[in-house]
Amino acid sequence: MSELAAPSSHPVAPRADPGLFVRRTESGGEAKIDFVVQSMHCAGCLRKIERNVGEMPGVSSVRANLSTKRVAVRWDPAKANAASIVDKLASIGFEAVPFDPKLIGALDESEGRSLLRALGVAGFAAANVMLLSVSVWSGLVSDMEPATRALFYWMSALIALPAIAYSARPFYRSAYAALKHGRMNMDVPISLAVTLATTMSLVQTVVNARHVYFDASITLLFFLLIGRYLDVQARNKACSAAQNLLGLRATAATLVDADGTYRSVSIDSLEPGMIVSVAAGARVPADGVVAGGVSDVDTSLVTGESVPEAVKTGAHVFAGTLNISAPLTVRVTARDENSLLSEIVRLMEAAEQGRSAYVRIADQAARIYAPSVHILAASTVALWLLMGAGFTVAITNAIAVLIVTCPCALGLAVPVVQVVATGRLIRRGVLVKSADGLERLAGADTIVFDKTGTLTLGRLELVNGAAVAPADLAVAASLARVSRHPLARALADYVGMRPLPVLTEVHEEPGQGLEGNLDGAAVRLGNRLWAGATKGDGELHAGSELWLRRGDGSTFCFRFTDTLRFDAVETIAALKARGFEIELLSGDRMPAVKAAAEALGIATWRAEARPDAKIARLKELAAQGRKVLMVGDGLNDAPALRAAHVSFSPATAADVSQIAADFIFQGAKLGPLVEAVDVSRKSRRLVFENFALALAYNAVAVPLAVAGFVTPLIAAVAMSTSSITVTLNSLRLNRGSGGVERS
Amino acid sequence: MSILIYLMPAALFLGALGLLGFLWTLKSGQYDDLEGAAARILLDDDDETPPK
Repeated sequence: MSELAAPSSHPVAPRADPGLFVRRTESGGEAKIDFVVQSMHCAGCLRKIERNVGEMPGVSSVRANLSTKRVAVRWDPAKANAASIVDKLASIGFEAVPFDPKLIGALDESEGRSLLRALGVAGFAAANVMLLSVSVWSGLVSDMEPATRALFYWMSALIALPAIAYSARPFYRSAYAALKHGRMNMDVPISLAVTLATTMSLVQTVVNARHVYFDASITLLFFLLIGRYLDVQARNKACSAAQNLLGLRATAATLVDADGTYRSVSIDSLEPGMIVSVAAGARVPADGVVAGGVSDVDTSLVTGESVPEAVKTGAHVFAGTLNISAPLTVRVTARDENSLLSEIVRLMEAAEQGRSAYVRIADQAARIYAPSVHILAASTVALWLLMGAGFTVAITNAIAVLIVTCPCALGLAVPVVQVVATGRLIRRGVLVKSADGLERLAGADTIVFDKTGTLTLGRLELVNGAAVAPADLAVAASLARVSRHPLARALADYVGMRPLPVLTEVHEEPGQGLEGNLDGAAVRLGNRLWAGATKGDGELHAGSELWLRRGDGSTFCFRFTDTLRFDAVETIAALKARGFEIELLSGDRMPAVKAAAEALGIATWRAEARPDAKIARLKELAAQGRKVLMVGDGLNDAPALRAAHVSFSPATAADVSQIAADFIFQGAKLGPLVEAVDVSRKSRRLVFENFALALAYNAVAVPLAVAGFVTPLIAAVAMSTSSITVTLNSLRLNRGSGGVERS
Repeated sequence: MSILIYLMPAALFLGALGLLGFLWTLKSGQYDDLEGAAARILLDDDDETPPK
């Protein structure tokens, strides 16, 4: 799998105490924990991890899972603890992050398992029934006696009936659920075909007739279960990877007790009134009021503002924002009903309701397919009765029609394409999280982008460096080096490794700037007030500024902007070339958004948009009949991500946004977006081709069935060849590049 | 054809054994980590069974 998102310019948050994530085994005797070890990638890593941790005293078992990149360890709590295990893993070069499925929302693997069990049963039964069926078919043209044939049919019934009853349960459940709500999906005709075929075959066995169709029903189930299982597994893999991304952020809060001791606690145990300490570089764990300290807080993940906000005692801070310069003490407050975050939560819940109206392509096809097939079958019965044949013959032929109308190929048409598409996208770093995400992406015609963190990397860069005298640059960089503020870091990065003048008595005033002494004169670097700039340099700059006050009192302004992603311009152009209308909706200030929109060639843009403004715009577009793809990363985008037709989110996004989005793309480039669009459109084409192939088979087979020429052999051959054809056609997705080249 | 009296139950029995074997592999978690299983054949000293 591709690497994680590009390293952020933000300092790494202090890790949670692993002890918080330790659980007890069911028998109670041992402690166990799960870690995410993202850097595991080969047999050598497996061996190193298992051997080194396994040799630690007290550890009873350690198992690394290379597919999910997780390690499960069990140990005797008296002899070892979680922190020592993490240290051990660090000493051999693996960063282990504790992972608690409960915190993230456990991935439900039971569907995959029950499908695999049904698949196994269907497979074994199908093989054995086919064994008997082929004997009968070859015997029918030579000299098999009716008695032997009857015996074989009874054996087939014995094997097939329990197997069908067990393996068809997923289809029955789904068909029942759809019918209960008055809807139709592909599982309804499939369940009907299987049930009728089995019943009729049983009746035929009892009267010792010539043909039975046990093998058709059980093989049908087998093929469909393969498609379904692979589909569920592909999605589970993507969701598990997405969970790992969230788990890597797992942090705890540092609680300050009444007596002043610091304690690590899990974030959900925070109550209003508690005091937490937020270190420089850590995220604020809960909404609150600053009780002590002065610092700058980066709110980009919440509001989209690319410039940090200065806070001091009494200021409100929000959960998820990043504390930059100095430690803060925060008193947790109850979530204010009118706060931005409450509004976000409310909007998300509202958006959830409107989501479920989308009808999948397969279900739309079923709406046409099922009635037409049933009408065909009914007409077959009528036809044969009219021609004077007996009731049994008429029913037999009608059921043959049902069996041969290839619910097999139709049932496979969508899952197989999805599996191939999801697999291809995961190799390119795009995680497909929702079952119908690809379909919805293929139908999108408008894209709404967020700016900070989505189109930009959230990293600041100096823009007017060329206009600065080298001496000023050197002095400024010398001061900037000691600070962790993003602007100072950007300045220091720009200057790089050069000999710099040494300043004495350098200190940082959080929220204001830096001050130092050069050859007896005070030099300051910071915001406008700090540097005492009085000149009306006041035209609103698109980014942020840092003012340098030289020893002689004159000032100079450094300008920074939030850099766009490397390939943002090409990506927007490529998306326009594919027929999308593009818009930019950001919570950032007007000059910044305007500059970004102009650089990218986006005509429609809006700045300072709060979450409800984003949703309002989406509703406007939806009312115009447009299908919107929303791309966003901040907390303020999460409701919009839910409300849009389909949504994308970078792997660096806020947790809530990642959970809300349909797709997650990793890496520092926007190229995966174009790739995903191309794959989804190709998938849709292939799905329709698969439907066409299935219909082509029907066009040949149905007349044969109506005329009574379809024997079980022909039904089996039709089913197998149609399934293979559909699968081979779906594999065509892997050929051809499609989209922006990935370097 | 009377041999079938022996062969049929034998075939069914073996088939059932196979099915039970598959269900056991499923239950013992052998399908949870297919990439890891592929990697482990390269290790000389791996003899651990996956924990429940």
